Amino acid sequence: MTVTKGNDSGATESQEISVDQNLVTLTIDDVEVSVPEGTLVIRAAELVGVEIPRFCDHPLLSPVGACRQCLVDVPDAGNGRGFPKPQASCTLPVSPGMVVKTQVTSPVADKAQTGIMEFLLINHPLDCPMCDKGGECPLQNQALSHGRGETRFTEAKRTYPKPLSISPQILLDRERCILCARCTRFSEQIAGDPFIAMAERGALQQVAIYENEPYSSYFSGNTIQICPVGALTSSAYRFRSRPFDLVSTPSVAEHDACGAAIRVDHRRGKVLRRLAGDDPEVNEEWISDKDRFAFTYDRQPDRLTRPLVRDPETGALEPASWPAAFAAAARGLLAADGGVGVLTGGRLPVEDAYAYAKLARTILGTNDVDFRSRPHSEEEAAFLAHAVAGTGLGVTYSDLEAARKVVLVGLEPEDEAATIFLRLRKAWRQNGTEVVALASHATRALDKMGGRLVRTVPGDEAKALGEAGLEAGTIVLLGERLARVQGAFSSALATARRSGARLAWVPRRAGDRGAVEAGCLPNLLPGGRPVSDPEARADVAAAWGVTAVPSTPGRSTSEMLAAARAGELGALLVAGVEVDDLADPQGAIEALDAAGFVVSLEVRTSAVTERADVVLPVAATAEKAGSFVSWEGRRRPFGAVFERPHALSDTRVLAGIAEAAGRDLGFRTSVAAGAELDELGLWDGARAPQPEVVPGRAARTDPSEVVLDTWRRLIDDGRGQDGDRHYQATARPSVALVSAATARAVGVRDGDEVVLGTERGAVAVPVAVADIADGVVWTPTNSNGLSLPRILGAAYADVVTLERSPQARPEGQPVVEPEATVDPSTSPGLESKESEL
Amino acid sequence: MSVAPLTPVLTQDWDHERSWTLDSYGDYAALRSALRMEPDAVIDLVKGSGLRGRGGAGFPTGMKWGFIPQGPEPDGTVKPHYLVVNADESEPGTCKDIPLMMATPHTLVEGVAITCHAIRAKQAFIYVRGEVLHVIRRLQAAVAEAYEAGLLGKDVFGSGIDIDVVVHAGAGAYICGEETALLDSLEGRRGQPRLRPPFPAVAGLYAAPTVINNVESIASVPCIVERGADWFGSMGTEKSKGMTIYSLSGHVKNPGQYEAPLGITLRELLELSGGMREGSELKFWTPGGSSTPLLTAAHLDVPLDYEGVAGAGSMLGTKALQIFDQTTSVVRCVLRWTEFYKHESCGKCTPCREGTWWLVQTLERLEAGKGTEGDIELLLDQCDNILGRAFCALGDGATSPITSAIEHFRDEFEAGMHTPAWELFPYEASVAWTKGASA
Repeated sequence: MTVTKGNDSGATESQEISVDQNLVTLTIDDVEVSVPEGTLVIRAAELVGVEIPRFCDHPLLSPVGACRQCLVDVPDAGNGRGFPKPQASCTLPVSPGMVVKTQVTSPVADKAQTGIMEFLLINHPLDCPMCDKGGECPLQNQALSHGRGETRFTEAKRTYPKPLSISPQILLDRERCILCARCTRFSEQIAGDPFIAMAERGALQQVAIYENEPYSSYFSGNTIQICPVGALTSSAYRFRSRPFDLVSTPSVAEHDACGAAIRVDHRRGKVLRRLAGDDPEVNEEWISDKDRFAFTYDRQPDRLTRPLVRDPETGALEPASWPAAFAAAARGLLAADGGVGVLTGGRLPVEDAYAYAKLARTILGTNDVDFRSRPHSEEEAAFLAHAVAGTGLGVTYSDLEAARKVVLVGLEPEDEAATIFLRLRKAWRQNGTEVVALASHATRALDKMGGRLVRTVPGDEAKALGEAGLEAGTIVLLGERLARVQGAFSSALATARRSGARLAWVPRRAGDRGAVEAGCLPNLLPGGRPVSDPEARADVAAAWGVTAVPSTPGRSTSEMLAAARAGELGALLVAGVEVDDLADPQGAIEALDAAGFVVSLEVRTSAVTERADVVLPVAATAEKAGSFVSWEGRRRPFGAVFERPHALSDTRVLAGIAEAAGRDLGFRTSVAAGAELDELGLWDGARAPQPEVVPGRAARTDPSEVVLDTWRRLIDDGRGQDGDRHYQATARPSVALVSAATARAVGVRDGDEVVLGTERGAVAVPVAVADIADGVVWTPTNSNGLSLPRILGAAYADVVTLERSPQARPEGQPVVEPEATVDPSTSPGLESKESEL
Repeated sequence: MSVAPLTPVLTQDWDHERSWTLDSYGDYAALRSALRMEPDAVIDLVKGSGLRGRGGAGFPTGMKWGFIPQGPEPDGTVKPHYLVVNADESEPGTCKDIPLMMATPHTLVEGVAITCHAIRAKQAFIYVRGEVLHVIRRLQAAVAEAYEAGLLGKDVFGSGIDIDVVVHAGAGAYICGEETALLDSLEGRRGQPRLRPPFPAVAGLYAAPTVINNVESIASVPCIVERGADWFGSMGTEKSKGMTIYSLSGHVKNPGQYEAPLGITLRELLELSGGMREGSELKFWTPGGSSTPLLTAAHLDVPLDYEGVAGAGSMLGTKALQIFDQTTSVVRCVLRWTEFYKHESCGKCTPCREGTWWLVQTLERLEAGKGTEGDIELLLDQCDNILGRAFCALGDGATSPITSAIEHFRDEFEAGMHTPAWELFPYEASVAWTKGASA
């Protein structure tokens, strides 16, 4: 279990070099080297310490041999005969007895490389002093190491009007492009979005977009990073900084549970860009656009910068000193009549989550703690206690890649876990992995994974699991929205046990799995210890130096909110929770209003802070160290990008509250919290019992009703994505997918508008007729200003009414329509300065 | 000349009344006899005839057919075989496939049918250069006629063998004459050469085993089947057997197609074509299109077969003999060819894409008499950096006229450092045909 093994980000068995690989021995620059069969000469050379210059070559893309920069001399191909011409080492596999001479030992290879470099530079503008890439540019670097000092080219260079906007987020300066086709190959091979391609020919060849198909890809930012020149630049970052002015910090993406490695570059206390980190075990070298571009949320005008305490006389939140705020929070929480409920949300590093879990049990004396700020169920909590908490590293990305079959239940990986999507696409392309989705319709992502659909109406997952053909070695990925499906987790466990399939739970948020491990659940103590187990409780009590931890199982998020509404819960301690994420946002607001005392630890102003009695501003992810636990169970530590004097971690704030209450939390820093959690270790006693909930069925609908299928798109209105209009402009427009039969029943055609309604409210969305289960409508949960939980109070698998717009709408309910999306053509990004805060 | 060296076989019927129709052509007797043979026997027959690829490289045709893997793939699947005919004739100076398909398209169609039988292909594609619309129509009409007569389609001649032929028009790119770029283009992609291996014989069209042959190679098959390998081998030289079509153009009295045994010399061909135009003498010529190093009057007696031309430092290529007399500026001529390569470079690889762009600009300077000291060395070094460094043979071909021209006519390039080519060789003087004249 990685949570207990310190900061080891995971050497796993799959990293071991398998010894049965056939090795081939060859000679490179007079050095003998043995490499696995099939290795390309360019990489074999790296092993003897020779770096052959290259541009089009990329280890994760198929070889193309286009730029010809990596030419080497091969006097013996292994058969006693040499190649008469220099060979591209990026397309040449090794063979036994081969002799290779690179630029180091062969004048022919050296001249060939120098010649190619000269050709590449004749049409390159050499505008390095004003180019984003200058200072970190493979062309610049390799021209210096392998090029001529002076040019012999005195004539006219090829020029183009610049720049060309190939998406709202990406600009292309064609004259800089050396036509290596890395970007087009990435889009086609890795992302599966072949919407950029080479056009024209000869020296006028250029990267182009299609007339009618926009370059719409969740992974487009990777093309900027792998561009070996400054031809592709980011609208937001263009002309903002020089690489040598930036300070880089390795980190982990905080937007999903994938644990993708990133690099955060900042200058003078401000993050300017984020890049993909290189972690072969996790995200390889790719990240989603959300991981790359959504980082300005923590410097919005509504950022909280100082503690606030509600003035009893005016009723307004007034700035306060930290000691005063700690004291006010401690006083209110300890005095709460009926106890305190703790809502921690899904965005906390595991150390912070642990601080909440411990504070709840030791100082607040309750098991009323729950991280789930989304629809949830008791069955889910039981499943997490039985099958997830404290189980360590389970199914890994490498396992996905090697699996013969992967079944997706309640999970759309491209939107909800982008790194998983990329790995599954790779698994299908390279190993023929069969991907099966239990869903109402085949998404484009499923096509891109070569997947098969087992058509399933939301709510029928438990039943449909039997049709997915689970067998030994099959991996089943369970999404968090299965909490809305009665019996889904129970059936998955039972079916997996029968078939020998392996299960993995894929939550949406970076802090979800860590919160499970830290004990932020009403039925779980840290390390997977069941609250109901006296030995587990004694174990924890001993470690914490307390006589006992509460034995009564706590209340879930919705039970706590209901109790607060009913006046049965005296106070709420709330971390980063967005009420619109909850199953019943309106009820949550009422609960916050009804609770006697509310303490909010937040980064930015929210519905919770507005209703809190004490608001304690906390550090955003970039401002603190910690670690997330990915869906694999892999500990993903990250360091603080920079320290802000007033940005305290949640752990530090909770320690302050404890101390103000005259108690000691046992630690003040994330490092110490993490060390204590590690020392506590994993529970090795009896596991919590397996949930055995009878499978439910999809809701029955009458003709005017449909079952709602919905999830959050990768790029949507989530608050973690605020502040970058270029990024926002790449969000996909809202749409309601219905089958032809459903459309006929409602009386709509493609492009018409439908109204989805509940007794709470209604939303109007353009309809698209699709190959989706009859009696189902799919629409995104929180896109284009339409928050389904807030407006409809509806969630996955709920029943909603579906009508043609603008016919009779529910009385008295305003119909909310999607906000206009930004027109990509009007946002070239050259003049945009307003994102500078 | 004691013996008339012309051996009209493929061109035999070109002057027949409506030579492009099936009525005029005949009844596909060669196909009928080929279908009575085992496929391997047909391959052996062609191997035995010594027929070599007429598209330029001269690879033995029968051997190429023999590379097609028979039987199922390693994973047990059975892939179809394809025949693709390269009719994208666009090498400068080359004009043999186009007139052949124009005059007697059935020679090609019958050859296609026989070849399909030999390589066990049920489907053939003829990839025709897009600009020659009239040829495409003739070919399509011929294929339609053959279908109607039961010479193509299901159960040809009751043999139980199915043969389908598709005539596909290219879209005007020289690179699509490169066989793998042709395959990409045929599949609907941009025509750019593919990485090899895998070779087309293993994974060609739609990743299936594919034979790609030139029009003239395939058109030569029916006569071999009909008259035998020995007859075919009785023409030509020891290693370059058979007859072939030489296309003569430029400053000769009677340009056109001359079908003769391989190994004929330019001197003999010039005699057949009435010699150089009035009052002119041979200055330089290409043996096989502009991609083959040019030769001079010193090479009039070089045997025009694969070995003979190679021995003279050039290549037989497509046997496109472009003849230039003393009025021609070699610098101007080489610049025009280089402009062609720059225009036709597909852009995939650096040396060809950027090199041809640069070569043109350097040559333009020399043509205008504005060359500078060292430009000749620069040209030679540019060519050295392209030759053997490019992805496919287009880049190599682009360097041939330049390096060979400098080798034979260096003084003209040196003159480019002070005198414009148009002053040394007034361009009106080299115009092959007076404006408004008709043949």
